[in-house]
Parts: sequence; structure tokens; C-alpha cells
Amino acid sequence: MSFPWAEEYRPSNGFMRWMDDRLPLPRLVFNAVGGGYPVPRNLNHFWNFGVLAGVALTIQIITGIILAMHYAPAATMAFDSVEHIMRNVNQGWLLRYAHSNGASFFFIVTYIHIFRGLYYGSYKAPREMVWLLGLVIFLLMMATAFMGYVLPWGQMSFWGAQVITGLFAAIPLVGEPIQQWLLGGFAPDNAALNRFFSLHYLLPFVIAGVIILHIWALHIPGSGNPTGVDVKTPQDTVPFHPYYTAKDGFGVGIFLIALALLMFFAPNLLGHPDNYIPANPLSTPTHITPEWYFWPFYAILRAFTVDFILPAKLWGVIAMFASILLLFFLPWLDKSPVRSGSYRPLFRMFFVILLFDVFILGWMGGLPAEEPFVMISQTATIYYFAHFLIILPLVSAIERPLPLPRSISESVLHGEKAEAAPLGVQPAPAE
Amino acid sequence: MVRLIGTLVGAGFILVLLISLITGASTYIANPPVETVEHEFHLEPRAVAFQSDGPFGTFNRQQLQRGLQVYKEVCAACHGLGLVAFRNLSDLGYNEAEVKAIADQWQIEVPSIDPNTGEATTRKALASDHFPSPYANEVAGRAANNNAFPPDLSLITKARSGGAEYVYSLLTGYRQPSAELPAENRPGQGLHYNPYFANLNIAMPPPLVADGQVAYADGTNATIDQMAKDVSAFLIWTAEPNLETRHRTGLAVMIFLLFATVLAYMSYRNIWATAKRDVRAIGPLDPEHMAKRDAASREAGIEG
Repeated sequence: MSFPWAEEYRPSNGFMRWMDDRLPLPRLVFNAVGGGYPVPRNLNHFWNFGVLAGVALTIQIITGIILAMHYAPAATMAFDSVEHIMRNVNQGWLLRYAHSNGASFFFIVTYIHIFRGLYYGSYKAPREMVWLLGLVIFLLMMATAFMGYVLPWGQMSFWGAQVITGLFAAIPLVGEPIQQWLLGGFAPDNAALNRFFSLHYLLPFVIAGVIILHIWALHIPGSGNPTGVDVKTPQDTVPFHPYYTAKDGFGVGIFLIALALLMFFAPNLLGHPDNYIPANPLSTPTHITPEWYFWPFYAILRAFTVDFILPAKLWGVIAMFASILLLFFLPWLDKSPVRSGSYRPLFRMFFVILLFDVFILGWMGGLPAEEPFVMISQTATIYYFAHFLIILPLVSAIERPLPLPRSISESVLHGEKAEAAPLGVQPAPAE
Repeated sequence: MVRLIGTLVGAGFILVLLISLITGASTYIANPPVETVEHEFHLEPRAVAFQSDGPFGTFNRQQLQRGLQVYKEVCAACHGLGLVAFRNLSDLGYNEAEVKAIADQWQIEVPSIDPNTGEATTRKALASDHFPSPYANEVAGRAANNNAFPPDLSLITKARSGGAEYVYSLLTGYRQPSAELPAENRPGQGLHYNPYFANLNIAMPPPLVADGQVAYADGTNATIDQMAKDVSAFLIWTAEPNLETRHRTGLAVMIFLLFATVLAYMSYRNIWATAKRDVRAIGPLDPEHMAKRDAASREAGIEG
């Protein structure tokens, strides 16, 4: 799209010509995901995950719309209506398990997509807008997933809603009125359930809209690539179709196999047993935990245990939001001109530590707030903030990157990536 | 500027975290957490195999029928099964007449309205009815059980960590507390010691007390262990009645997806491999294609 050698759309028959003259939809598709979008030819499988996230959203929207036809968003009926779906609706169990496990898979592929971006410097110029819009999608996903988890109106739904809206109550002075305004009452009840259902239905379409902006912004500079070197000549690219449609087709197959394994053979593995107990405002579960994909942030929230100037709870809330918001500043925190982590030895080392750090945070977030887990969370949270706010700016200032290949083609021909030379140029003899 | 502010913000968070960490660590060293009695004496559910386990698991219908008998003769006195209807029992291998008979002979009647007076009354259960609750409401349930409400069992194997193994262990886990158990953790009035229960003392009296408590219709020897296993298997079915369909569908879906993915992989390798062997550029970069394109442009009067 952006490169001068991108092919222009030429209708292959009269109807498409007629159509293209009046509504250039065929042209749009051709330039967005067809032969008219040149893509670097050295992308590895980590570049599948954007498409996979799109597939996951589609699955969620389709199963969700059908589930909504059978679900009753009323505090007295919600739990039973979900069981009605599981027992009496034709293939209702399949829809619900696809939707609940699909949410987990949406987060799995999105987290891999985000870490791909972190490692290969996808947030750097000229793709800052792509990164920022991606973070907006991530925030919307988190809001949608949280509200969706409330809908079955089990014990974890109810107490999760209580705890998460309770975070806003930590804000001084206006906190409690805000919580009551969010819930439409003093505790989660019918009003909260109804508005969460309404928003849970709305937000996925907002996400779809921001995804369009995300892809639009991506297609201005074009896709990045594992070397981080700019596309320079036509030899550096292949058309999206058929090369990456075929590659993504294989990726979608693997994704669906993994999803099917979980939803047919261990559908409740990632859920919490307490959510099969109907919501009971008079009985608090022993350990309230959110869904697994929120565990790293839950660990950060609970890492602050001392009132220092501000109350500990407020520190936790600020830090939890800051842990995501700081990612919006990443393009300006990491000023290294080299994009790809493969050529940044020092960055690469800290990236691996960050990966482990986030896993540890996730692990601790799922455990009860007891010692020594809290101390481990505190240490891991220290590294998390240090990594983005102190280490990255320092590393980009002092690091000596490895020499970059002159072009994508050179890197491919020297066999740096197995995804070699679709253009068929004879590889240079090994030295 | 961003980096300067970022570093200051980061340093702020780290300072507060360090204070939290040091405070926590000194407390941890000064007063190491003592293991709670509940934690020390609590037991994890015992492993027990069911035919419904694993990816190809199916229901043992004989066992489910025995489990229903245990539920009917033992559990149903206090525990409801509100999400299951009598008609669902046809899944257990009963024919229509048997299902009707089970509903008709159920000890507890279904709440109803007298068609002549409009007053509340009860009637015999029909196949379309759900299992009636033994109590009119939670208050009645608590009043009859020393203020402990017997939970509905429909979803119990999905609503407890450990699932059916937990139910089985709990049913067979009643015993005398060991001598080391501190006095304050010993069962009080109306409570019973059971190390599989989270706080060790459960309000439910031992439901299965003697071998042969239930006279199995199929002649199986009704040991306590057998009855506990059978009713646990039955409760797997009540919680997940579509388990067999799910496993069968999953198998078919997996075969389809594996086949489709192998094809997708082959077409992916094929598209990239031919391109590798082909010396010419492909697609928009193919000179032949470009020439054709330019010719077409000229024909159409468009300046390339």
C-alpha cells in the first residue's frame, strides 16, 4: 500500500469494474489483505498473532451474540439462564465453552502479540500510532472481559465486581460516590448486572472499530519485520496474498486446535470452581481472584502494603493503572534507533528478565495474599517498573548494538532466517 | 523530558515498594507465619477413577442409576437438585414409563396451586418437573439443620476444587479427630470432624454410615465406598450432562482440524517453496506480469 511497487487494483471482470467505480470496496480489500499489500518477506511466526487476535474477536462476537439470545441479565435469573444454556439450548454448552475459553485465548494471543511488539521494537517510529491504538484495544479488552465475567452471576462474578469497582473507592473524597455511580447502588445488583451486560455487548464493536484504525495506521508505514531494517527494494517484500494468507491459514489451524483441546476436554481448567456457586452477597469466598489474564496486574495491586503519604490501597490502584499506562510512553522511553531486539544484546537480556518477571507476577497474582508471595510480588513489581522507566532509557543510551544487515534481502540470503528467499534468488555460497 | 519524568515516577514507585518489602520482610523474620491448624490437618481429596475421566470418558449408566438411588434414599432428604429435571433421567438409560414412575413416586412433592381454591398446595412430580427442593426456602433449610444450609447438589462437582474426588473423599472422610488436634478445633455441638472439609468441622452428619444402607436394585454390594463412588459419579452427570456429547464432538472436531491444518501447512509450504525455486520474481514483481499490466494500462488509456 505504502510502497511505490504496490500493485494497483485492476478489476478482473466487468462486475468488479462496475463495483469498483462506484464503491471501491474490492480495491480496499485488495490493498489491505490482498495482492496489493507488500509485506516484508522475512516475517516469522510471531507475526501470525495479529490475525489470530482478529480471529479470536470474531469467535467471541459470533458466540456472544447467540449466547445473548438465551441469557437473562437479571440478578434473580442470570445464573439459572446460563445453566439453561448449558443444559437445554441446542449446542448451548459448546457456545458457552467456546466463549469462556475463547476469552482466554484472545488474551493469550494478544499477550504474545504485545511481547512480539516489545521485543522487535514495533512501537518505534514510524509505528507509534499502531502501538498506541493497540494499547487502547488492550484496555477495551480488559474492560470487556471483566464485565463478561460478571454476567454468569456466580460467586466470583459478584465478588470480582465488588473488588474491581471497589478500586475506584480508593480515590480520596470522590471515591465512594464514583463506586456507587458505577454500580448503580451500594453493592453489585441488578442495576450493575444490566449495565455490564449492555456494555459487554457494546465494547466488542468499539474494539472492532479501533482495530480498523490499528490496521489503517499499520498500513501507512507497512509491517515491521524481525530485522527491524526498513524495506528498501521490491525484493524485500512479497504480496500479502497468497504468501501471508497461506501462512496465517496454518497459524489459524494451530490456534483452533489449541482452543478445541481446551474447550472440549478441559473446559473449566482456566475457570474458578466458585463461579459455579450462585452469587451470594452474604458469603465472601476465602480467596477472591480474578481471571488468570488479570493476575499480573492483581499482583501489582496487592504489592503495596504500607501507607506512605498515600494509603497503601491507593498506591496499589495507581501502580496497577500506571503499569499499563506507562506502555503508552514506551516509544519515547526507549530511544534506541535499532528496532529489533535481535541486534541489541543488552536489551535482549533485560527483555528475557521482563518475560520471567511478568510470569512470576502472574503466578503470584493467582495465589492468596500471604507471605512469602507478597514479598515475591513486591520484588517482581520493582523490576517491572524499573525495566520500563529506568533500565530501558539507560540501555538505549549506553548499548552498542550489533551490526545490522544492509537490507531484508541480504539478511534472508545469508540464511539468518529460515524463511528464505521466496523471490528465488540463488543464495550466496556459504563462506 | 519524558525519560526524566519516567525515571522519577519509576523511582517513586520503587521507593514505596522497597518500604513495603522491607516492612514485610522484617515482620516475616520477626513473626514468621505459623501454619494454621486448618492447613496442617486438612487433607487433599483422594484420587479415585471414574469412567467419565479423560478425553474419551463416557458415563457408566449402571453406576449412574445406582448413584441416583443413593441420592434418592440418602441425600435427597436435605439436598436439592434444582437444575435437573426428571425427564433428564432418560439419559441414565430409563425408558419413558420408568421416568414417569420415578417422578410419580418421588417422596417430596412439587409446590402447586389448588385449581379450585387457589391456595398453595403440593402435587406429585411429573417428568417435566425439576427435582423438588426438600425445603420451602433457605430459612426453612437452616432452621432444620442447626443453621447450616445444605447446598443444592446440581453443580457440586464443578463448584468445588477437586470435583467428584472431593465429594467422594468428603463422604468417606468422617473419622475421630487425631489426638494432636487442638481443643478449639475439635467439632463443637452439631459439627462433625472431616479433614477433607476446608475448616475441618462440617455440619453435615455422616450420610453413609453402614454397608448395605441402600439395597441396590442391580444387586451390587453396597459398601460405603461403593455408595460414595456411585453418588459422586451421578453428581458428575448432574453437573455436566453433556459430557459424552462434548467428548464425541471434540474428537470429531480434532480430526477435522488436524486434517485441515495439515492441508493448510502443505499449502503454506507449497506456496513459499515454489517461490523459492522459481528464479523469476512472483506476483506484482514478475516482469512478465508487469509487462502484461503495462500493456493493459496502455489499452485502457491509463498512464502507468
